[in-house]
Amino acid sequence: MSHKVIVPIGPYHPLLEEPEFFQLYVEGEKVVDIDIIIGYNHRGIEKLAEAKHFDQVPYLVERICGICSSSHPYAYVLAVEDILGGEINVVPERALFIRTIIDELQRVHSHLLWLGLAGHFIGYNTVWMWAWKYREPILDMFEMITGNRNNYAMFKVGGVRRDILDEDIPVLKKALDDLIPALDLFKGAVMDDPVIHARLKSVGILTKQQAIDWCVVGPTARASGLNMDVRRDEPYGVFERIDWNVIIEKEGDIFAKTVVRILEMYESVRIIRQCLQKMPKGEIDADIKDIPPGEGIGRVEAPRGECFHYVKSDGTNRPVRLKIRAPSFMNVASNKVGAVGGTISDATITLAAVDPCYCCTERVTVMNKSDNRKILNGWDLIKLSQEKTRKIKEGLGG
Amino acid sequence: MNVKEAIKERLGNKIIDWEEISSRRIYFTVDKKDIVETVLLLFKELGLRFSIASGSDTPEALEILYHFSLDKTGEFFSVRTFINDKKNPQIDSISPIFPGAEWIEREIWEMLGIKFIGHPNLKRLLLAEDWPEGNYPLRQENVT
Repeated sequence: MSHKVIVPIGPYHPLLEEPEFFQLYVEGEKVVDIDIIIGYNHRGIEKLAEAKHFDQVPYLVERICGICSSSHPYAYVLAVEDILGGEINVVPERALFIRTIIDELQRVHSHLLWLGLAGHFIGYNTVWMWAWKYREPILDMFEMITGNRNNYAMFKVGGVRRDILDEDIPVLKKALDDLIPALDLFKGAVMDDPVIHARLKSVGILTKQQAIDWCVVGPTARASGLNMDVRRDEPYGVFERIDWNVIIEKEGDIFAKTVVRILEMYESVRIIRQCLQKMPKGEIDADIKDIPPGEGIGRVEAPRGECFHYVKSDGTNRPVRLKIRAPSFMNVASNKVGAVGGTISDATITLAAVDPCYCCTERVTVMNKSDNRKILNGWDLIKLSQEKTRKIKEGLGG
Repeated sequence: MNVKEAIKERLGNKIIDWEEISSRRIYFTVDKKDIVETVLLLFKELGLRFSIASGSDTPEALEILYHFSLDKTGEFFSVRTFINDKKNPQIDSISPIFPGAEWIEREIWEMLGIKFIGHPNLKRLLLAEDWPEGNYPLRQENVT
């Protein structure tokens, strides 16, 4: 007598956060329609924030996302400081530099995380392991500065909670220097590999007009030729005073999205180096006591794009309304055009290319259009995608 | 002509209130019947990027702010409109103009109960299927 062991993976996978559900409708190999169902992870944070006082909200919004966990508190404190007259007029100089460093370190670790998973989805498990290996030193830097690998609890209205110690700065600089060869490695691996070109070029294209109509943000928009980046357009922190570039590609395919993210990591390293160089001594907190009535908007360029917070205050110690819009809210919806028309084997990487918080692809089911029968699950799709890469490699004799 | 002046000139007396809190924060109010015309002007003609809309429940009325970003200059325009009828709140949908507004209108509908007339697919986005009909979490009667 045999006992079959079934290991269920998803809909809530312990590795990943933010469940989303994509239902692909296919005819043969071709994706003809897609249903995107979200809300599995809706925790009512906007409503909860109405019951917290202004100083408690950063802890709450920090827990929206574990990957870009500094973008939400940053956008929130910017919104509150908007009521107080603007970040630049409220926050001490040194704190602005520390905020910028945290913001950029987070971008590097988030992009490396994405790169690793993208590699895994197309069958490059070596890329996955290497990208995550080189992400570790970034998390070590976070631990050194903030005490935490994730959820840094650095942001407060009027400043930051922890200073960067002088004796840590050489260690941080060394870690950044060590990162550059790793980035060179990834850049070379992506730019020069014919298989990656075959898999990612002309796949999941979002044209410039579609990017405008779907209001996408961040690397997804910049890979479609939209010239936007909150760090430059409405500078916060010290971005105005630092020398760096906005990375823009025109093609709108997954290759372009990958290139944007890889090149952005170099810019982030440049930004952090300059910040460590120029950071003045001084206070790190303005010690704000009261928030006057009014409304404020805070915008931060999170790794995935513009993160938006709107705060309304009536002069009490709690916000009467907090509206949060994460970048994926706009980007994920655009999969409707990105994935439809492509093949099933490209669907995994297409849906992942906007860098949602990944579980989405784990939860894909494929339905046969004629009889609504389920034919494939998320894991089958990843295997299908990896298989395609293997075939291309064989075809190229590699 | 810059975008601020273009909006003022084109909408004229349809702008009920105009407030510049700072050089980058512009709030203006229009009547809800003019919302489609306003959004057409901002999004299609002037090329502003739709950032998001936010709804809130105030003691007098339900309020929606449509946030538009002018990325070239960093100016941020928030169009305010009020819906006074809290029993049966309705406003024209802007989703037929561009699909990027579909999700947020669905969210405002389920959270505040505002019906968007002309929305192509007005169904729940975030709330669970068994959430009671007619209970809108972000209304003030739902006290936290």
